[in-house]
Amino acid sequence: MCLAIPAQVRSIGEHRMAEVDIMGVTRTVSLDLVPEADVDDYVLVHAGYAIQVVDEEFANETLELLKQMDQPTGV
Amino acid sequence: MDVKHVSEFRDPILAKRLIDKINDVADTPMKLMEVCGTHTVAIAKYGLRDVMPETVTLISGPGCPVCVTANSDIDMAIEIARQDDVVLATFGDMMKVPGSYSSLAREKADGRDIRVVYSPLDSLTVAEEHPEKHVVFLGVGFETTAPTVASAIQTAESRGVDNWSVLSLHKTVPYALKALVDDPEVQVNGLILPGHVSTIIGSRPYAFLAEEHGVPSVVTGFEPIDVLQGIWMLAKQIHEGEAKVEIAYKRGVMPKGNQTALKRIDEVFRPSDSEWRGIGVIPGTGMAIRDEYGGFDALKRVPVTPPEPREIPGCQCGDVLRGIVLPFDCKLFAKGCTPEHPVGPCMVSSEGSCAAYYRYTDYGKDLDA
Ligand code: SF4
Repeated sequence: MCLAIPAQVRSIGEHRMAEVDIMGVTRTVSLDLVPEADVDDYVLVHAGYAIQVVDEEFANETLELLKQMDQPTGV
Repeated sequence: MDVKHVSEFRDPILAKRLIDKINDVADTPMKLMEVCGTHTVAIAKYGLRDVMPETVTLISGPGCPVCVTANSDIDMAIEIARQDDVVLATFGDMMKVPGSYSSLAREKADGRDIRVVYSPLDSLTVAEEHPEKHVVFLGVGFETTAPTVASAIQTAESRGVDNWSVLSLHKTVPYALKALVDDPEVQVNGLILPGHVSTIIGSRPYAFLAEEHGVPSVVTGFEPIDVLQGIWMLAKQIHEGEAKVEIAYKRGVMPKGNQTALKRIDEVFRPSDSEWRGIGVIPGTGMAIRDEYGGFDALKRVPVTPPEPREIPGCQCGDVLRGIVLPFDCKLFAKGCTPEHPVGPCMVSSEGSCAAYYRYTDYGKDLDA
Protein backbone atom coordinates (compact mmCIF):
# COMPACT_ATOMS: atom_id res chain seq x y z
CA MET A 1 0.00 0.00 0.00
CA CYS A 2 2.95 2.28 0.56
CA LEU A 3 4.29 1.48 -2.88
CA ALA A 4 5.35 4.49 -4.90
CA ILE A 5 5.98 4.10 -8.61
CA PRO A 6 8.73 5.89 -10.56
CA ALA A 7 7.48 8.27 -13.23
CA GLN A 8 8.95 11.02 -15.38
CA VAL A 9 7.50 14.54 -15.39
CA ARG A 10 6.46 15.62 -18.91
CA SER A 11 4.77 18.97 -18.32
CA ILE A 12 3.60 21.09 -15.41
CA GLY A 13 0.29 22.97 -15.48
CA GLU A 14 -1.79 25.10 -13.13
CA HIS A 15 -1.70 24.46 -9.35
CA ARG A 16 1.38 22.24 -9.81
CA MET A 17 -0.70 19.55 -11.51
CA ALA A 18 1.61 17.66 -13.87
CA GLU A 19 1.42 15.16 -16.69
CA VAL A 20 3.76 12.29 -15.91
CA ASP A 21 4.77 9.21 -17.83
CA ILE A 22 4.47 5.96 -15.86
CA MET A 23 5.92 3.19 -18.01
CA GLY A 24 4.35 4.60 -21.15
CA VAL A 25 1.04 5.62 -19.58
CA THR A 26 0.28 9.31 -19.08
CA ARG A 27 -1.24 10.32 -15.78
CA THR A 28 -2.03 13.57 -14.06
CA VAL A 29 -0.51 13.90 -10.60
CA SER A 30 -0.02 16.72 -8.11
CA LEU A 31 3.48 18.08 -7.47
CA ASP A 32 2.33 19.90 -4.32
CA LEU A 33 4.63 17.78 -2.13
CA VAL A 34 7.73 18.20 -4.34
CA PRO A 35 8.20 21.94 -4.96
CA GLU A 36 11.64 21.28 -6.45
CA ALA A 37 10.38 18.87 -9.16
CA ASP A 38 10.82 20.03 -12.75
CA VAL A 39 10.12 18.76 -16.24
CA ASP A 40 12.13 15.58 -17.09
CA ASP A 41 12.76 14.74 -13.41
CA TYR A 42 12.03 11.24 -12.19
CA VAL A 43 9.60 11.24 -9.28
CA LEU A 44 8.02 8.59 -7.05
CA VAL A 45 4.23 8.65 -7.38
CA HIS A 46 1.82 7.54 -4.65
CA ALA A 47 -1.96 8.08 -4.48
CA GLY A 48 -2.00 10.72 -7.21
CA TYR A 49 0.90 12.71 -5.77
CA ALA A 50 4.61 12.83 -6.47
CA ILE A 51 6.21 12.29 -3.06
CA GLN A 52 9.91 12.48 -3.94
CA VAL A 53 12.29 13.39 -6.72
CA VAL A 54 14.45 10.31 -7.39
CA ASP A 55 18.07 11.13 -6.88
CA GLU A 56 19.89 9.94 -10.00
CA GLU A 57 23.29 10.51 -8.50
CA PHE A 58 22.55 8.35 -5.49
CA ALA A 59 21.09 5.64 -7.71
CA ASN A 60 24.30 5.51 -9.71
CA GLU A 61 26.47 5.72 -6.63
CA THR A 62 24.67 2.82 -4.94
CA LEU A 63 25.04 0.65 -8.04
CA GLU A 64 28.70 1.53 -8.44
CA LEU A 65 29.40 0.67 -4.81
CA LEU A 66 27.63 -2.65 -5.10
CA LYS A 67 29.33 -3.53 -8.37
CA GLN A 68 32.73 -2.92 -6.86
CA MET A 69 32.08 -4.85 -3.71
CA ASP A 70 33.54 -8.19 -4.71
CA GLN A 71 36.86 -6.61 -5.55
CA PRO A 72 39.41 -7.61 -2.93
CA THR A 73 39.79 -3.98 -1.87
CA GLY A 74 36.03 -3.66 -1.49
CA VAL A 75 33.96 -3.50 1.67
CA MET B 1 9.45 4.64 -20.77
CA ASP B 2 12.46 2.89 -19.56
CA VAL B 3 12.25 3.43 -15.84
CA LYS B 4 15.85 4.00 -15.06
CA HIS B 5 17.66 1.53 -12.87
CA VAL B 6 14.80 -0.93 -12.44
CA SER B 7 16.58 -3.68 -14.33
CA GLU B 8 19.88 -2.89 -12.64
CA PHE B 9 18.26 -3.27 -9.22
CA ARG B 10 17.08 -6.73 -10.30
CA ASP B 11 20.44 -7.88 -11.65
CA PRO B 12 20.81 -11.59 -10.74
CA ILE B 13 24.63 -11.45 -10.74
CA LEU B 14 24.63 -8.59 -8.29
CA ALA B 15 22.05 -10.46 -6.22
CA LYS B 16 24.27 -13.53 -6.08
CA ARG B 17 27.19 -11.45 -4.88
CA LEU B 18 25.09 -9.87 -2.16
CA ILE B 19 23.89 -13.30 -1.03
CA ASP B 20 27.55 -14.40 -0.76
CA LYS B 21 28.30 -11.27 1.25
CA ILE B 22 25.40 -12.02 3.59
CA ASN B 23 26.76 -15.54 4.04
CA ASP B 24 30.14 -14.10 4.97
CA VAL B 25 28.87 -11.95 7.82
CA ALA B 26 25.78 -13.80 9.12
CA ASP B 27 27.70 -15.96 11.56
CA THR B 28 25.19 -15.88 14.42
CA PRO B 29 21.45 -16.64 14.32
CA MET B 30 19.48 -13.49 13.64
CA LYS B 31 15.80 -12.66 13.34
CA LEU B 32 15.22 -9.75 10.99
CA MET B 33 11.78 -8.20 10.73
CA GLU B 34 10.56 -6.50 7.60
CA VAL B 35 8.20 -3.85 8.81
CA CYS B 36 6.60 -2.98 5.51
CA GLY B 37 4.02 -4.99 3.59
CA THR B 38 5.64 -4.08 0.28
CA HIS B 39 8.84 -5.70 1.57
CA THR B 40 6.85 -8.77 2.60
CA VAL B 41 5.64 -9.08 -0.97
CA ALA B 42 9.09 -8.45 -2.49
CA ILE B 43 10.72 -11.04 -0.22
CA ALA B 44 8.07 -13.65 -1.03
CA LYS B 45 7.91 -12.83 -4.74
CA TYR B 46 11.65 -13.04 -5.34
CA GLY B 47 12.04 -16.09 -3.10
CA LEU B 48 14.55 -14.33 -0.87
CA ARG B 49 13.74 -16.46 2.18
CA ASP B 50 15.02 -19.50 0.29
CA VAL B 51 18.39 -17.99 -0.49
CA MET B 52 19.18 -16.86 3.05
CA PRO B 53 21.80 -18.71 5.10
CA GLU B 54 20.37 -20.83 7.91
CA THR B 55 21.34 -18.20 10.44
CA VAL B 56 19.03 -15.57 8.94
CA THR B 57 15.31 -15.73 9.66
CA LEU B 58 13.12 -13.17 7.96
CA ILE B 59 9.86 -12.43 9.74
CA SER B 60 7.05 -10.13 8.71
CA GLY B 61 5.81 -7.30 10.87
CA PRO B 62 2.87 -4.93 11.08
CA GLY B 63 3.57 -2.93 7.96
CA CYS B 64 0.36 -3.29 6.04
CA PRO B 65 -1.90 -0.33 6.87
CA VAL B 66 -5.00 -2.27 5.84
CA CYS B 67 -4.10 -5.16 8.13
CA VAL B 68 -3.38 -3.08 11.22
CA THR B 69 -6.62 -1.11 10.96
CA ALA B 70 -8.71 -2.14 13.97
CA ASN B 71 -12.10 -3.79 13.59
CA SER B 72 -13.72 -0.90 15.44
CA ASP B 73 -12.39 1.55 12.82
CA ILE B 74 -13.62 -0.56 9.91
CA ASP B 75 -17.00 -0.79 11.66
CA MET B 76 -17.02 3.01 11.85
CA ALA B 77 -16.37 3.34 8.09
CA ILE B 78 -19.17 0.89 7.40
CA GLU B 79 -21.55 2.78 9.64
CA ILE B 80 -20.70 6.04 7.84
CA ALA B 81 -21.35 4.38 4.47
CA ARG B 82 -24.79 3.37 5.72
CA GLN B 83 -25.92 6.96 6.30
CA ASP B 84 -28.34 8.58 3.85
CA ASP B 85 -26.83 10.75 1.11
CA VAL B 86 -23.30 9.68 1.95
CA VAL B 87 -20.81 8.43 -0.63
CA LEU B 88 -17.82 6.60 0.86
CA ALA B 89 -14.67 6.77 -1.28
CA THR B 90 -11.81 4.41 -0.49
CA PHE B 91 -8.64 2.85 -1.85
CA GLY B 92 -9.47 -0.55 -3.33
CA ASP B 93 -7.49 -2.46 -0.68
CA MET B 94 -10.07 -1.66 1.98
CA MET B 95 -13.11 -3.08 0.19
CA LYS B 96 -12.89 -6.72 1.26
CA VAL B 97 -11.44 -6.16 4.72
CA PRO B 98 -13.80 -7.74 7.23
CA GLY B 99 -14.97 -5.62 10.13
CA SER B 100 -16.78 -7.17 13.07
CA TYR B 101 -19.94 -7.94 11.14
CA SER B 102 -19.60 -6.82 7.51
CA SER B 103 -17.21 -5.39 4.94
CA LEU B 104 -17.38 -2.44 2.56
CA ALA B 105 -17.69 -4.87 -0.37
CA ARG B 106 -20.73 -6.46 1.24
CA GLU B 107 -22.25 -3.06 1.99
CA LYS B 108 -21.75 -2.02 -1.62
CA ALA B 109 -23.48 -5.20 -2.81
CA ASP B 110 -26.32 -4.20 -0.47
CA GLY B 111 -26.68 -0.94 -2.36
CA ARG B 112 -24.59 1.59 -0.43
CA ASP B 113 -22.74 4.15 -2.53
CA ILE B 114 -19.14 3.10 -2.02
CA ARG B 115 -16.55 3.97 -4.64
CA VAL B 116 -12.97 2.95 -5.18
CA VAL B 117 -10.62 5.82 -5.95
CA TYR B 118 -6.94 5.96 -6.76
CA SER B 119 -6.20 9.29 -5.09
CA PRO B 120 -7.85 11.44 -2.39
CA LEU B 121 -8.09 14.11 -5.11
CA ASP B 122 -10.37 11.81 -7.12
CA SER B 123 -12.79 11.64 -4.17
CA LEU B 124 -12.78 15.44 -4.06
CA THR B 125 -13.85 15.46 -7.71
CA VAL B 126 -16.70 13.06 -6.86
CA ALA B 127 -17.86 15.57 -4.22
CA GLU B 128 -17.74 18.45 -6.69
CA GLU B 129 -19.78 16.43 -9.17
CA HIS B 130 -22.40 15.50 -6.55
CA PRO B 131 -23.22 18.60 -4.50
CA GLU B 132 -26.36 16.87 -3.17
CA LYS B 133 -24.25 14.18 -1.47
CA HIS B 134 -21.63 14.23 1.27
CA VAL B 135 -18.50 12.37 0.19
CA VAL B 136 -16.32 10.81 2.89
CA PHE B 137 -12.81 9.74 1.95
CA LEU B 138 -11.56 6.81 4.02
CA GLY B 139 -8.03 7.87 4.94
CA VAL B 140 -5.99 4.74 5.60
CA GLY B 141 -2.21 4.55 5.37
CA PHE B 142 1.07 5.47 6.99
CA GLU B 143 3.22 8.58 6.56
CA THR B 144 3.51 7.80 2.84
CA THR B 145 -0.18 8.47 2.31
CA ALA B 146 -0.95 11.02 5.02
CA PRO B 147 0.65 14.03 3.25
CA THR B 148 -1.38 13.33 0.10
CA VAL B 149 -4.56 13.44 2.18
CA ALA B 150 -3.37 16.56 4.02
CA SER B 151 -2.73 18.25 0.70
CA ALA B 152 -6.17 17.19 -0.58
CA ILE B 153 -7.78 18.71 2.54
CA GLN B 154 -5.98 21.99 1.86
CA THR B 155 -7.07 21.81 -1.77
CA ALA B 156 -10.68 21.27 -0.67
CA GLU B 157 -10.44 24.33 1.50
CA SER B 158 -8.99 26.51 -1.24
CA ARG B 159 -11.65 25.31 -3.69
CA GLY B 160 -14.41 25.89 -1.14
CA VAL B 161 -15.74 22.32 -1.27
CA ASP B 162 -18.05 21.82 1.71
CA ASN B 163 -19.57 18.40 1.02
CA TRP B 164 -16.37 16.40 1.45
CA SER B 165 -14.61 15.11 4.56
CA VAL B 166 -12.03 12.56 5.64
CA LEU B 167 -12.23 9.71 8.13
CA SER B 168 -8.59 9.82 9.20
CA LEU B 169 -7.39 6.38 10.27
CA HIS B 170 -3.79 7.20 9.37
CA LYS B 171 -1.04 5.78 11.51
CA THR B 172 2.59 6.63 12.12
CA VAL B 173 5.27 3.97 12.13
CA PRO B 174 8.22 4.73 14.48
CA TYR B 175 6.41 4.36 17.83
CA ALA B 176 4.67 1.21 16.70
CA LEU B 177 8.16 -0.23 16.22
CA LYS B 178 8.97 0.77 19.77
CA ALA B 179 5.98 -1.26 20.96
CA LEU B 180 7.33 -4.23 18.99
CA VAL B 181 10.94 -4.08 20.15
CA ASP B 182 9.70 -3.69 23.73
CA ASP B 183 7.51 -6.79 23.40
CA PRO B 184 9.29 -9.77 25.01
CA GLU B 185 7.36 -12.18 22.78
CA VAL B 186 8.71 -10.64 19.58
CA GLN B 187 12.52 -10.42 19.97
CA VAL B 188 13.92 -9.08 16.73
CA ASN B 189 17.64 -8.59 16.14
CA GLY B 190 17.29 -6.16 13.26
CA LEU B 191 14.69 -4.09 11.46
CA ILE B 192 14.25 -3.72 7.70
CA LEU B 193 12.65 -0.28 7.65
CA PRO B 194 10.06 0.82 5.08
CA GLY B 195 11.32 2.67 2.02
CA HIS B 196 8.46 4.98 1.19
CA VAL B 197 7.34 5.81 4.73
CA SER B 198 10.95 6.90 5.15
CA THR B 199 10.84 8.93 1.93
CA ILE B 200 8.53 11.19 3.90
CA ILE B 201 9.88 11.03 7.47
CA GLY B 202 13.56 10.38 6.70
CA SER B 203 15.75 8.14 8.81
CA ARG B 204 16.12 10.34 11.90
CA PRO B 205 12.83 9.47 13.63
CA TYR B 206 14.11 5.89 13.98
CA ALA B 207 17.34 6.87 15.75
CA PHE B 208 15.97 5.87 19.17
CA LEU B 209 15.56 2.27 17.98
CA ALA B 210 19.31 1.94 17.62
CA GLU B 211 20.39 4.30 20.37
CA GLU B 212 17.95 3.40 23.15
CA HIS B 213 16.91 -0.12 22.19
CA GLY B 214 20.12 -1.32 20.54
CA VAL B 215 18.31 -2.63 17.46
CA PRO B 216 20.21 -2.35 14.15
CA SER B 217 17.96 -0.78 11.53
CA VAL B 218 18.28 -0.24 7.78
CA VAL B 219 15.89 1.65 5.51
CA THR B 220 15.64 0.05 2.12
CA GLY B 221 13.72 -0.05 -1.16
CA PHE B 222 11.71 -2.74 -2.87
CA GLU B 223 13.78 -4.19 -5.69
CA PRO B 224 15.61 -7.44 -4.89
CA ILE B 225 18.98 -5.70 -4.83
CA ASP B 226 17.62 -3.11 -2.40
CA VAL B 227 16.27 -5.76 -0.04
CA LEU B 228 19.43 -7.88 -0.21
CA GLN B 229 21.61 -4.84 0.37
CA GLY B 230 19.48 -3.97 3.41
CA ILE B 231 19.81 -7.49 4.82
CA TRP B 232 23.55 -7.48 4.23
CA MET B 233 23.95 -4.13 6.02
CA LEU B 234 21.93 -5.45 8.98
CA ALA B 235 23.90 -8.69 9.16
CA LYS B 236 27.09 -6.65 9.07
CA GLN B 237 25.97 -4.41 11.93
CA ILE B 238 25.07 -7.49 13.98
CA HIS B 239 28.40 -9.14 13.08
CA GLU B 240 30.28 -6.05 14.17
CA GLY B 241 28.21 -5.60 17.32
CA GLU B 242 26.86 -2.25 16.17
CA ALA B 243 23.40 -0.72 16.26
CA LYS B 244 22.70 2.24 14.02
CA VAL B 245 20.16 3.46 11.50
CA GLU B 246 21.43 3.28 7.92
CA ILE B 247 19.89 3.96 4.52
CA ALA B 248 20.30 1.41 1.72
CA TYR B 249 17.89 3.33 -0.50
CA LYS B 250 19.58 6.65 -0.97
CA ARG B 251 17.94 7.37 -4.30
CA GLY B 252 14.54 7.50 -2.60
CA VAL B 253 15.21 8.49 1.02
CA MET B 254 17.07 11.38 2.58
CA PRO B 255 17.90 11.48 6.30
CA LYS B 256 15.68 14.54 6.76
CA GLY B 257 12.80 13.16 4.67
CA ASN B 258 10.49 15.29 2.57
CA GLN B 259 10.15 18.55 4.47
CA THR B 260 7.25 19.85 2.40
CA ALA B 261 5.25 16.67 3.01
CA LEU B 262 6.03 16.78 6.74
CA LYS B 263 4.84 20.38 6.83
CA ARG B 264 1.54 19.42 5.18
CA ILE B 265 1.04 16.62 7.72
CA ASP B 266 1.77 18.96 10.60
CA GLU B 267 -0.54 21.68 9.29
CA VAL B 268 -3.53 19.38 8.97
CA PHE B 269 -3.08 16.57 11.51
CA ARG B 270 -2.20 16.32 15.19
CA PRO B 271 -0.93 13.16 16.94
CA SER B 272 -3.67 11.10 18.59
CA ASP B 273 -3.99 7.64 20.11
CA SER B 274 -4.58 4.87 17.63
CA GLU B 275 -5.60 1.25 17.92
CA TRP B 276 -3.49 -1.27 16.01
CA ARG B 277 -4.80 -4.75 15.31
CA GLY B 278 -2.80 -7.26 17.31
CA ILE B 279 -0.87 -4.61 19.21
CA GLY B 280 -3.55 -2.48 20.88
CA VAL B 281 -3.72 1.26 21.42
CA ILE B 282 -0.37 3.01 20.87
CA PRO B 283 -0.33 6.59 22.15
CA GLY B 284 0.53 9.25 19.61
CA THR B 285 0.50 6.99 16.52
CA GLY B 286 -2.79 8.26 15.13
CA MET B 287 -3.39 11.37 13.04
CA ALA B 288 -6.47 13.31 14.03
CA ILE B 289 -7.60 16.27 11.92
CA ARG B 290 -6.79 19.60 13.59
CA ASP B 291 -9.67 21.83 14.68
CA GLU B 292 -8.71 24.42 12.04
CA TYR B 293 -9.73 21.85 9.45
CA GLY B 294 -12.66 20.49 11.50
CA GLY B 295 -15.06 21.07 8.62
CA PHE B 296 -13.25 18.27 6.76
CA ASP B 297 -13.35 15.82 9.67
CA ALA B 298 -15.85 13.01 9.01
CA LEU B 299 -16.03 12.33 12.76
CA LYS B 300 -17.66 15.76 13.08
CA ARG B 301 -19.54 15.89 9.79
CA VAL B 302 -21.07 12.40 9.89
CA PRO B 303 -21.08 11.33 13.54
CA VAL B 304 -22.08 7.68 13.98
CA THR B 305 -22.10 5.09 16.74
CA PRO B 306 -20.86 1.74 15.44
CA PRO B 307 -21.86 -1.49 17.19
CA GLU B 308 -19.61 -3.07 19.83
CA PRO B 309 -16.64 -4.60 17.92
CA ARG B 310 -15.74 -8.29 18.09
CA GLU B 311 -12.75 -10.33 17.00
CA ILE B 312 -12.92 -12.64 14.00
CA PRO B 313 -13.17 -16.21 15.33
CA GLY B 314 -10.10 -18.34 14.55
CA CYS B 315 -8.07 -15.59 12.87
CA GLN B 316 -4.53 -15.09 14.17
CA CYS B 317 -3.82 -12.03 12.08
CA GLY B 318 -2.96 -10.04 15.20
CA ASP B 319 -0.16 -12.46 16.12
CA VAL B 320 1.00 -12.63 12.49
CA LEU B 321 1.34 -8.84 12.54
CA ARG B 322 3.63 -9.02 15.55
CA GLY B 323 5.74 -11.68 13.86
CA ILE B 324 5.16 -14.22 16.63
CA VAL B 325 3.36 -16.74 14.42
CA LEU B 326 3.81 -17.41 10.71
CA PRO B 327 0.79 -17.42 8.41
CA PHE B 328 1.30 -21.19 7.93
CA ASP B 329 0.76 -21.65 11.66
CA CYS B 330 -2.83 -20.43 11.46
CA LYS B 331 -5.23 -23.36 11.27
CA LEU B 332 -7.34 -21.55 8.70
CA PHE B 333 -4.45 -20.72 6.34
CA ALA B 334 -5.21 -22.00 2.83
CA LYS B 335 -8.11 -24.01 4.26
CA GLY B 336 -10.95 -21.80 5.46
CA CYS B 337 -9.00 -18.67 4.53
CA THR B 338 -7.78 -17.88 1.00
CA PRO B 339 -7.50 -14.64 -1.02
CA GLU B 340 -10.80 -15.52 -2.73
CA HIS B 341 -12.54 -16.13 0.62
CA PRO B 342 -10.50 -14.24 3.20
CA VAL B 343 -11.35 -14.65 6.86
CA GLY B 344 -8.98 -12.00 8.18
CA PRO B 345 -7.39 -8.78 6.89
CA CYS B 346 -3.92 -10.34 6.57
CA MET B 347 -5.33 -12.47 3.74
CA VAL B 348 -7.35 -9.67 2.11
CA SER B 349 -4.75 -7.06 1.40
CA SER B 350 -2.35 -7.96 -1.39
CA GLU B 351 0.37 -6.84 1.00
CA GLY B 352 -0.88 -8.82 3.96
CA SER B 353 1.53 -11.48 5.18
CA CYS B 354 -1.01 -14.30 4.79
CA ALA B 355 -1.81 -13.27 1.20
CA ALA B 356 1.88 -12.88 0.30
CA TYR B 357 2.72 -16.32 1.73
CA TYR B 358 -0.30 -17.86 0.01
CA ARG B 359 0.45 -16.42 -3.41
CA TYR B 360 4.14 -17.21 -3.42
CA THR B 361 4.26 -20.50 -1.57
CA ASP B 362 6.32 -22.01 -4.37
CA TYR B 363 9.27 -19.82 -3.58
CA GLY B 364 12.38 -19.62 -5.69
CA LYS B 365 11.04 -17.62 -8.60
CA ASP B 366 13.54 -16.02 -10.96
CA LEU B 367 15.00 -12.86 -9.61
CA ASP B 368 14.04 -11.03 -12.77
CA ALA B 369 10.53 -12.48 -12.91
S1 SF4 C 1 -4.70 -17.20 7.39
FE1 SF4 C 1 -6.61 -15.97 7.44
S2 SF4 C 1 -7.57 -16.49 9.37
FE2 SF4 C 1 -5.43 -17.14 9.52
S3 SF4 C 1 -4.34 -15.39 10.40
FE3 SF4 C 1 -4.23 -15.16 8.19
S4 SF4 C 1 -5.96 -13.84 7.69
FE4 SF4 C 1 -6.38 -14.65 9.75
